[in-house]
Amino acid sequence: MAVQVELRGFGWRHAGRAAWAVRGVDLRIERGERVLLLGPSGAGKSTLLAALAGLLAEDSGEQEGTVTIAPGGVGIGAAGGGIGLLCQDPETQLVMARAGDDVAFGLENRGVPPEEIWPTVDAALAAVGFAYPRDHPTSALSGGEQQRLALAGALATRPSLLLLDEPTANLDPDGAALVRSAIGRVLADRETTLVLVEHRVAEALGLVDRVVVLGDGGVVADGPPDAVFAEHGNALTEQGVWVPGHPVTPRRTGSPGGPELLRGEGLWFRHPGADRFALSDVDCLVRSAEALAVVGPNGSGKSTLALLLGGLLAPTRGTVAPTMDLATGLTGPPHRWRAAALASRIGSVFQDPEHQFVSTRVADELALGPRRVGRTARETQSIVDDLLARLRLSHLARANPYTLSGGEQRRLSVATALATAPRVLILDEPTFGQDRRTWIELVDLLAKLRDDGCGVVAVTHDTDFVDALADRTLTLTGASHE
Amino acid sequence: MAQTSRRWRTVDIVVASVVGVAFGVVFWAWTLLWSGPADAIPLPGRAFMYGMWLVPAVLGGLIIRKPGAATYTETVAAVVAIALGSVWGWSIFFQGVIEGLGAELGFAIFAYRRFSMGVALLAGTLAGLAAAIFDIVAWYPASAYDTATMRLPYVAITAVSSLVIAGLGGYALTKALAQTGVLDRFPSGRERVPV
Amino acid sequence: MSSVATLMRRSDAPLARRNPVAKLAAGLVFTFAVLATLDPVTPALAIGIVLVLVPLFGVGYGELARRAAPVLLGATGVIVSLLFFAAERTGTVLFTVGPFAVTTGVVYTALGLSLRLFAVALPAILIFATTDPTDLADALIQNVKAPPRFAIGALAALRLVPLLGAQWRLLGLARRARGVDAGANPVAALRNFASATFALLVGAIRRGTRLATAMDARGFDSGLPRTWARRQRFGLADLALVAAAVVVSAALIATTVALGTFDPLLA
Repeated sequence: MAVQVELRGFGWRHAGRAAWAVRGVDLRIERGERVLLLGPSGAGKSTLLAALAGLLAEDSGEQEGTVTIAPGGVGIGAAGGGIGLLCQDPETQLVMARAGDDVAFGLENRGVPPEEIWPTVDAALAAVGFAYPRDHPTSALSGGEQQRLALAGALATRPSLLLLDEPTANLDPDGAALVRSAIGRVLADRETTLVLVEHRVAEALGLVDRVVVLGDGGVVADGPPDAVFAEHGNALTEQGVWVPGHPVTPRRTGSPGGPELLRGEGLWFRHPGADRFALSDVDCLVRSAEALAVVGPNGSGKSTLALLLGGLLAPTRGTVAPTMDLATGLTGPPHRWRAAALASRIGSVFQDPEHQFVSTRVADELALGPRRVGRTARETQSIVDDLLARLRLSHLARANPYTLSGGEQRRLSVATALATAPRVLILDEPTFGQDRRTWIELVDLLAKLRDDGCGVVAVTHDTDFVDALADRTLTLTGASHE
Repeated sequence: MAQTSRRWRTVDIVVASVVGVAFGVVFWAWTLLWSGPADAIPLPGRAFMYGMWLVPAVLGGLIIRKPGAATYTETVAAVVAIALGSVWGWSIFFQGVIEGLGAELGFAIFAYRRFSMGVALLAGTLAGLAAAIFDIVAWYPASAYDTATMRLPYVAITAVSSLVIAGLGGYALTKALAQTGVLDRFPSGRERVPV
Repeated sequence: MSSVATLMRRSDAPLARRNPVAKLAAGLVFTFAVLATLDPVTPALAIGIVLVLVPLFGVGYGELARRAAPVLLGATGVIVSLLFFAAERTGTVLFTVGPFAVTTGVVYTALGLSLRLFAVALPAILIFATTDPTDLADALIQNVKAPPRFAIGALAALRLVPLLGAQWRLLGLARRARGVDAGANPVAALRNFASATFALLVGAIRRGTRLATAMDARGFDSGLPRTWARRQRFGLADLALVAAAVVVSAALIATTVALGTFDPLLA
């Protein structure tokens, strides 16, 4: 039984924010429609979905206008029965330690009689094509499988309105495909209304029949995909939306790269106490003025390789050897260097920028590195000013790093690594979840670094990124040779 | 500022639990780091760092600002500490509840309406006193340990440590957390300048 | 850090299979008895009893020893403190360390206190090693009428323990990559520890807030009475376990009193 959704002049401002998250939205969705919600970062898509799910509590902000979800005129703040929500981070959506228990969670909450719970759970797991038994631990699932499980949980209560907020954003391509096929299966045999917010537009098009674009002042475009993209394609691309048919031009370098900087040979790594090797017998070479992409399926050890090359972990077997050029007087492998010495030679940018924040202001974050490696106050100040300008963070100099948007945090984390002027820069999934604008900026930035002589190593799932930037690719297969 | 309802929302329960759990992990990391050297320092000197174990109680109370928050958060931290392997077995559970109640008293005295630095200091000190008194009753009885040179200084040092680390530290921590925006769903987070 | 799943897991052994609340109650009764006295005889007997029961919990002695290793440190601390601050030094002097005399009385007290530590820790280890957290939450809700939202909220947060442990490690590495390390300086080490704690808390609270939203989206706060998918029964065997614990604890105290070694905590 599908649902009709109507928003009239809807707006929401979160408590503690000066600006409205979303404003002036007029939208009407008929039963059974499949809608793709697009818009630049910060347009309020997630807020809108939260509103539809009935999750914007009165005490958490201010509302304008109305939201009506028929039947029954159920508005914001009600218990929201009949609505399923899936968000982008699978780890923070799963509640229980075992798969079946997690799906049963939603049923328990609705007071479903115990004898009906387990059959419903099994049906939901089958509907999404979940491959494991009921008591499989949730922590042992890959991201894609976790999202499938979360989808099963959302479906178990038979929602008439399914809301998906970037369900594949945190997943690798295999995981994303898994989730998309599960969603396709689910939609095939029901009359469910769907509202989907998705980054990778091209891949989501198969699931929807209508596109709504959100911008400042409400809905900016609304209609069938072809029409919307034909008319607004360029504008959307400007704002950072990934519109199909607007590819990014490659930026490869012609030359094969400069002198060698870092060499990893016969690298094996196993976490203490683990039984399988995270990384098996990998050789890797990092040259200056060259961008190396490290690719491979989930579990092949890409992040581990990044940590080993970055001098942050000691290999269980094998060596990571810097050339004299890089080590400039230091002896021993990078994992034995003092942190300050390491930071001025090999910089590492982590997948989650927030892991690397240490200060309370952006300017202080940038100043930390140079001071630690021994620059004077004057030099530090000029480095900071330069980086703020280059990465368009000047207006945020006094802001708390944790309050920055995703794209701004990503730029900041790259900037802090650059502040110590390393000759090798290692990045773990730099383009994760970025909109088109930040993506292009990042690629441009890394290309320039590479052209200036830095050795750039990027661990990534993003094939577009590899096409746009990589001079050389290292593929990890994840096969253990033990 | 509007009086917040006394009922716990889901986000109150989950965040209090998560703060407790996070501290359970921090305690484990601390023990890993300092176990050897710290245990060599004889009591009551070791009590200098005692306040750290009481931060969850004060922090829980300051963030959630509802009756029971201090007790609940400290109890969850204690349970995680037991699960991860604690020296004192599950006496820690009772101790955690009692410590939490100590902090709770501090907040209750002000009817859960004021959460200033003074209240935090009081809550921290009371939690520390509760912890120390539990210890000297259960683990360091008068028949075994000298009261004048060990037991009384132990209580005093623990109380001061809790005043500083749990009370003052907890207050500063809450303010710093509010600045990052993670506390926006809570009254403690609304006091910052809008971003 | 191993996941909580390996630290606390279901087991089929006869005692391990009992209702979690029953196990908890039995253990608590036993612990009270042990805590009540300061002599070494009671905890020694108690430890003996526990060691006999270990196979019935399906736990290996090696695993028990491994999990009990931290208690050794605690015992060391207790003994060292006693050396410096003993209330009374009765009996013959065995040796002196500086101005502190170690007498037979001091050794007797040290033995009592350290054995007591083990006697309290071991039952807890056995029970936690053989109890699944979900089962425990279910039992608390169904058998003891604990408020369901709190039990499940705590359970959901508990699931994040290994993630937070992994994040802690990552935070350390991230700081090193930024050029921040403590080297041998303990003040710097403390400051880094505090900084990492802060970052962990920010991440944890963020996750917690998102988890709460997900739980609400699935009707957690709907006010409807919750049903349960997994039934936790409190049966005769469980009642017998608690009763047995009461009997054994009473017998333990009675034995100590009869032997004349009873040394009450609250004199």
